[in-house]
Amino acid sequence: MSFVNGLKCRECGERYEIAPVHVCELCFGPLEVEYNYAAIKKTISRELIESRPPNLWRYRELLPLDGEPLTGFHSGFTPLVKADRLARALGVDELYVKDDSVNHPTFSYKDRVVSVALSKAVELGFDTVACASTGNLANSVAAHAARMGLRCFVFIPDNLERGKVVGSAIYNPTPVAISGNYDDVNRLCTEIADKYKWAFANINLRPFYTEGAKTYGFEVAEQLGWKLPAHIVVPTAGGTILPKVAKGFEELVQMGLVEDRPCKIYSAQASGCAPVVNALHRESDLIEPVKPNTIAKSIAIGNPADGYYVLGAVRKSGGWGEMATDKEIVEAIQLLAQTEGIFTEPAGGTTVAVTKKLIEQGRIPRDEAIVISVTGNGYKTIEAVNDAVAEPHQISAKLSAFDELYANLSQEPAKQAKSA
Amino acid sequence: MAVHRFYLTYTDDRIKEPIIYHVGHKYKVITNIRAASVSDHVGILALELDGDPDEIERAVKWIAEQGVKVEPIEKNVIE
Repeated sequence: MSFVNGLKCRECGERYEIAPVHVCELCFGPLEVEYNYAAIKKTISRELIESRPPNLWRYRELLPLDGEPLTGFHSGFTPLVKADRLARALGVDELYVKDDSVNHPTFSYKDRVVSVALSKAVELGFDTVACASTGNLANSVAAHAARMGLRCFVFIPDNLERGKVVGSAIYNPTPVAISGNYDDVNRLCTEIADKYKWAFANINLRPFYTEGAKTYGFEVAEQLGWKLPAHIVVPTAGGTILPKVAKGFEELVQMGLVEDRPCKIYSAQASGCAPVVNALHRESDLIEPVKPNTIAKSIAIGNPADGYYVLGAVRKSGGWGEMATDKEIVEAIQLLAQTEGIFTEPAGGTTVAVTKKLIEQGRIPRDEAIVISVTGNGYKTIEAVNDAVAEPHQISAKLSAFDELYANLSQEPAKQAKSA
Repeated sequence: MAVHRFYLTYTDDRIKEPIIYHVGHKYKVITNIRAASVSDHVGILALELDGDPDEIERAVKWIAEQGVKVEPIEKNVIE
């Protein structure tokens, strides 16, 4: 049974039938899925959700499918780690890490949004899916397309590192490397999406795709024992996840699944690509595009599609935004790894670094529950921390050599990590 | 014929230029402004261009050469 009424323009309110469209014909505003909340409220309950398998589809009434989901049966419901050692390091009482670095199958939160987008793609009659991506999105679209048996095109800039190409190419999509500067590649991809009428996960399926990000918020609330956190720090790239976490929390309140209590949402960006945080600091609604220059490539989006809605969600919640330098990001990746055993990519390092900063600034109080959003896996971006970690101690294959090393180590317990 | 939709971003040094007027005279495209926001630092314009695809391409290239950033209304789609 479908609980979807249709699509609605976020700007002018114009309504549209369910279709692979993403922009309002009248005002160019983005379209969003509109649900029949009254009907959902009669059906959904904590007990029903808890009775279902631990994946993102346990919240299916609040996701935009008409029929059965077709992929993502192991995506979502990632750990909410109570991070006591990191809490001590940051000087706070109660801290959690929502860890999508272990999301199935491609180790980032993108498996949530892609599960929804590709299930919807098949429901809408597509046999070909596509995306334009330099990393996590391409990995996820290619992997889910492979298991669904769909034809898949992945568009990338032609200067992308080989390692990032392999992460998608292994699933055997048709990878297309486009020459030209970033803006040209970006524009061509939208023209291809317009002309070829394939299911582009984050273009013509964007209204459905973004809904998948709500499940990140749903899970945080459920895993906290059906309550909203007092504070949650979320990275901002294209601006998908933060407003959808906010929407997810609002829906849980509206459905009577959690108590309505203040939950401040904070946007985290890298200093080398912080158009949204800059706008927050300027108290402006206008997001000035920037040319990214940061190691946090997965969140280096200079002109975010939904940046404006990040501003709205952060301000409505009473939150704030902050940015972290590349050095702070690398230090934060190490801190998270060395306190909690979680290896995140620079996007997660950004969130940890920004959380630290917001605590030090007094923006986040030390005695309230804080959730840090980790959205991707560090094993994909080894190069970001390669120079920051300790080199192994070299010894010959003799016990006496290790004895000597161990004696020296005992005298100098400090780690041999290079400075970040 | 084709209809393409763009966001044009003007920085403060280009904000007074009548670029839409000129592009409509230099190229055979119909310009249709659908939304606009302007601050002290930046101007953002939602523009529809209607015409032959090659002529639209030339018009877009010329606008970009004037120092105005031209992007699809989807903004950055490479994630």
